[in-house]
Amino acid sequence: MTASPAPSPTSVPAVEVRKASLIYNPHQAPVHALADIDLTIAPGEFVSLIGPSGCGKTTLLRVIADLEHITSGTVQVNGVSPHEARLARAYGYVFQAPALFAWRTVLGNVKLPLQIQGKSAAQCDAIAREQLERVGLSGFENKYPWQLSGGMQQRASIARALSFEPRILMMDEPFGALDEITRDRLNEQLQQLWQRERRTVVFVTHSIAEAVYLSTRIVVMSPRPGRIVRVIDSTLPDERHLGLRDSPEFMDMAHQVREALADGHHD
Amino acid sequence: MATTTSAPPPTWGQRVSEQGLPIAVVLLFTLALWYALTVYLNAPGAIERVLEPQGPWTWQDLVAATMTVQRPVLPAPHQVALDLYSSLVDWPVTSPRNLLFHVAVTGESTLVGFVMGTLLGLVLSVCIVHSRTLDKALLPWIVASQSIPVLAIAPIVLVILGTMGFSGVAPKAVIAMYLCFFPVTVAMVQGLRSPQVIETEMMHTYAATRWQALWMLRLPAALPFLFPALRVGIAAGLVGAMVAELPTGAQAGLGARLLTGSYYGQTVQIWSALVMSAFVGLALTAAMGALEALVLGKRRQV
Repeated sequence: MTASPAPSPTSVPAVEVRKASLIYNPHQAPVHALADIDLTIAPGEFVSLIGPSGCGKTTLLRVIADLEHITSGTVQVNGVSPHEARLARAYGYVFQAPALFAWRTVLGNVKLPLQIQGKSAAQCDAIAREQLERVGLSGFENKYPWQLSGGMQQRASIARALSFEPRILMMDEPFGALDEITRDRLNEQLQQLWQRERRTVVFVTHSIAEAVYLSTRIVVMSPRPGRIVRVIDSTLPDERHLGLRDSPEFMDMAHQVREALADGHHD
Repeated sequence: MATTTSAPPPTWGQRVSEQGLPIAVVLLFTLALWYALTVYLNAPGAIERVLEPQGPWTWQDLVAATMTVQRPVLPAPHQVALDLYSSLVDWPVTSPRNLLFHVAVTGESTLVGFVMGTLLGLVLSVCIVHSRTLDKALLPWIVASQSIPVLAIAPIVLVILGTMGFSGVAPKAVIAMYLCFFPVTVAMVQGLRSPQVIETEMMHTYAATRWQALWMLRLPAALPFLFPALRVGIAAGLVGAMVAELPTGAQAGLGARLLTGSYYGQTVQIWSALVMSAFVGLALTAAMGALEALVLGKRRQV
């Protein structure tokens, strides 16, 4: 199927969702988890999916990541099916919980995907150390997960997701379980990481401030059935710092998102 | 598991007073009870066989006689200890009079059976976890296998393996294995299924193969389940090995020693073998505990 040479990354959308629907339990009591989703994400974009619980934002991310399957429509990741994209290691996925293995050191955890890909021990070690440095965890290589704070654990899990340099990073409420101060700091670091590398990021959150601060585009979703209510392009400059959150532009963006969420609720 | 790390490790003095004292109290109580029972149970025999023929006797004579009488119903603790000691010291290790000789014989079939049983348990559990069909087909049989008394199975196994030309360690190890594999299988099935959905999905996003998921996630996650099963399994294996020595009328081994002791009413010998097998059981389980500490020492729950 994919015998033709891979098209250049700029011409092919990172993610392309067309008329995608997902119905659980189609025969007895159908639940429309996703209804007629259309969404195209270009390479290098930072797209947030936001909405109340049950709106299908996590389901949509899981569909893109080949963790769930749509009942109708099409989904393509880097121009191929999510299944092929997963096998080609096109994306790194960061879960709500760090999911670090208790029996591996921090370094060992970051090495995990590299070992699965069959890289040599020396390569695994070098890459994992470099990745830990990028998330500011140098010096913690030989600690065990329980010796790290919640924020550090989640940083280690981001380093793990990025270790094999996937073109797409998918994050499912990665900072939801953290306190607000830690969350702010990690948001800032994630923003800087995206600034440096311009990897495509698909980010699920239920925090308006987080979505506005991080994203180039915000996809507002609504439940029953799970659907997209509005897509808002960010007017904020690419270069961002936490102080921006008190600026009028930021307030205006946040207001737009809140309006869209309210519209979705009243529909 | 999630103990605080700040508390300093207890000193030897603290350990002795915290853990040693209760054990010592129970031990003393047990010894006192044992001596009381020795006097009580041996008294009729001692009066009939030792004291009556000699004429008048006092209660001091009676107590002394209960502990020296031939073939006592219950030998006193010090008699057992002395017999044990003399068997270890007075005879070379190669002599059947030395209990270590029997320990070596039983220990060999226990360990061989334990290794076979553990491997069988691991293979079965991996098959069961990876195949719904095998889960349904095998698990009921595995559970049923344990409801057959080992005493009933042992002679059959010995006869069948005997006609196939297996003798010596092999049949005994097979019976030890029969008792060992069950706890390992059950614990490993549970352990291999212990990873959370999120961990399994994570391996999925890395496009890990089944074998990689088994090797990098399921097996390490199952280790905390495995070690308690190994402790139970090796103790059960010892029982199996000793039971296997009975129907053959084996010449050597702790079980054979128990059997010959009971043939000839050598109660002291029976008790020595019993105490020795208890020590062997304790040593084997302690070895498993040490192995667990070695392998899982650094691990904590996140």
